[in-house]
Amino acid sequence: MTEERAPSLHVPAPSIRPGDDPDFSHVSIPRAGEVDRPDPATPPEEMRDLAFSIIRVLNRKGEAVGPWASGLDSETLLQGLRDMMKLRIYDARMMTAQRQGKTSFYMQHLGEEAISCAFQRALRKGDMNFPTYRQAGLLIASGYPLVKMMNQVYSNDGDPVRGRQLPVFYSSKEHGFFSISGNLATQYPQAVGWAMAAAIKGDKRLAAAWIGDGSTAESDFHGALVFASTYKPPVILNIVNNQWAISTFQGIARGGAGTFAARGHGFGLPALRVDGNDYLAVHAAATWATERARADLGPTIIEFVTYRAGGHSTSDDPSAYRPKEEGTAWPLGDPILRLKTHLIALGVWSEERHTQAEAEIKAEVVAAQKEAEAIGTLHSGRRPTPRDMFEDVFAEMPPHLIRQRHEVGY
Amino acid sequence: MPRMTMIEAIRDAHVVAMEADPDVIVMGEDVGYFGGVFRCTAGLQKQFGVARCFDTPISELGIVGTGVGMAAYGLKPVIEIQFADYMYPGYDQLVSEAARLRYRSAGEFTCPMVVRMPTGGGIFGAQTHSQSPEALFTHVAGLKTVVPSTPADAKGLLLAAIADPDPVIFLEPKRLYNGPYDGHHDRPSVPWSKHPDGEVEAGHYTIPLGKARIVREGTDATLVTYGTMVHVALAAVEEAGIDVEVIDLRTLLPLDLETITASVCKTGRCVVLHEATLTSGYGAELAALIQQDCFYSLEAPILRVAGWDTPYPHAQEWDYFPGPARVRRALETVMKD
Ligand SMILES: Cc1ncc(C[n+]2csc(CCOP(=O)(O)OP(=O)(O)O)c2C)c(N)n1
Ligand SMILES: [Mg+2]
Repeated sequence: MTEERAPSLHVPAPSIRPGDDPDFSHVSIPRAGEVDRPDPATPPEEMRDLAFSIIRVLNRKGEAVGPWASGLDSETLLQGLRDMMKLRIYDARMMTAQRQGKTSFYMQHLGEEAISCAFQRALRKGDMNFPTYRQAGLLIASGYPLVKMMNQVYSNDGDPVRGRQLPVFYSSKEHGFFSISGNLATQYPQAVGWAMAAAIKGDKRLAAAWIGDGSTAESDFHGALVFASTYKPPVILNIVNNQWAISTFQGIARGGAGTFAARGHGFGLPALRVDGNDYLAVHAAATWATERARADLGPTIIEFVTYRAGGHSTSDDPSAYRPKEEGTAWPLGDPILRLKTHLIALGVWSEERHTQAEAEIKAEVVAAQKEAEAIGTLHSGRRPTPRDMFEDVFAEMPPHLIRQRHEVGY
Repeated sequence: MPRMTMIEAIRDAHVVAMEADPDVIVMGEDVGYFGGVFRCTAGLQKQFGVARCFDTPISELGIVGTGVGMAAYGLKPVIEIQFADYMYPGYDQLVSEAARLRYRSAGEFTCPMVVRMPTGGGIFGAQTHSQSPEALFTHVAGLKTVVPSTPADAKGLLLAAIADPDPVIFLEPKRLYNGPYDGHHDRPSVPWSKHPDGEVEAGHYTIPLGKARIVREGTDATLVTYGTMVHVALAAVEEAGIDVEVIDLRTLLPLDLETITASVCKTGRCVVLHEATLTSGYGAELAALIQQDCFYSLEAPILRVAGWDTPYPHAQEWDYFPGPARVRRALETVMKD
């Protein structure tokens, strides 16, 4: 007989807080190359262990090892490196622009660049992402113009969404990037629905859903999994576990579950856990999941394990709830540095070429920024008008909105 | 008297309530260790322990739903929804459950819960950080809805809300957290420390729910409003040079209709003002009630000034926000008739 005890409220808390020494010894990191790569057609119940390990390709020396090393050619990898560098430089410029008052708000990807940049390279034209605010790499890797991204961030007259959305809430149907909501998790079931539509129509297109660790707590996430599990449409259900949800660590959302990936098991869905700071591992896992989707084998859950190295947004100061040095102690390293090391080990890259590439990309970003700022920024230059504010509420403007628009003089 | 920001006043109300009653507990996203994204619950976890102030998973449905369960058990949950714009996943729990529990059990089970949420615009937060959904609450039978406009009111009203035996929606105009805002975005902002309304009594006091405040007495017209718009109204009245009575409702439901009708029957002219979208907004309810009770005293049609019927934009914030110029125009129009 177990002894009776009054119940107590269990509130998970990180063991390390500001002032403590960062410690990730509780995060068990398997060696690169250690995890099996089953055939994508394997029944989900035979590969449940994949939800509890971490698929890794790049080892410490920068070698690509193990069954998930896909043999991407060096041209593609160099492009991947450039995508990530571009995203990081773009982020840095926009963070500064926000501090200078050129826009209201910004959210950066620092440390998470590999996930969206590599994932996009596994998709085809016609596929659709349902992103959160931290996947701009999807746009960059799909060749979306930087100027348009900046116009959106500045809410200027070149903004494709006419100044209506918060900075970084991009939208591009052509580039497979669904309009960002801002209400967390709402787009997870929508991605499943998009994929169900493709299945209903028999179109060879897939959808990729995106969510953060914290947001998996929303019912939308669970509803999406139910439908994905029932109808088995071609959808990839991505979870970006960057350890933090603003100030709450991932234990608050995960509770007693072993991993976020393992949430898929209750729904009979195959689930992978992947080193999110390893460009090759992200690409390999994404490719594996797309193979399943394209063979009509149904959905896949992927948890990308990473670390949010910066603040949640420009409104956040993470030193209030985690040690400042935690980011440098993160055991999976920096995604750009790791791919760079790999490319140097392959003999196709060097420190000099890296420095040169950095300068080139910076020049490209600065040029785009000049172009965007020549149009305007949030508070100056050419900006969307109040007329734009009344458009697109409906396909056809009803009389009451026409009246209101006249009232503001447009 | 000490001066406080509205954030400090709200925090102080929590401390007073939690010290007085061990059944008062606080939960929400980021409210625990960090103390809330607006810092309204800073220090509570440290002072009262994790079982009385804790972080929740990001699930508004979970926050409201477990809040209902706790309240029914006998606790007094004071829960935070990070932004009013994010209450929708919890709306079913509010409408179908919290609001009706007393009714459907004939008083056997009740829901003495306070749901706090930052509301309104003026911070370049666009559609997901600027909404004013008060009418979605006042339309629900069984919910009380409160909107303070000063730190002192915020504290007294929050303490009254916590003491209330039924669910109370407590909407905090986020643009007022650090200082009053009169709608002139191009002028420097004033902190509460430099404003007489920043004075907040120490210790316990309440401001009863359902009691409006006449902020400015006047004889020519009545301006009925609440929240951020109280300060916009005052600026507009000064600029219009009209002797307008300004009423701050403080509680939308139950409504202090007597104070409003006494004023409108005296002035004969009325403008209703809110940030929320116009159509089917709370202003429609006010206009209907006022015309019914003051019909024979009215010298002009009641006008409404409100947000346009569009989602809240980003770049066009100041074209959207009903600032002093629009209020002044409405006042001049009601004076003409
Ligand atoms: C429905 C809803 N609730 C709350 C918020 C406020 N909010 C914005 S981001 C965030 C944290 C999200 O964390 P996570 O899902 O881990 O994503 P990350 O920011 O780490 O990428 C919260 C609580 C929101 N945007 N939507
Ligand atoms: Mg996160």
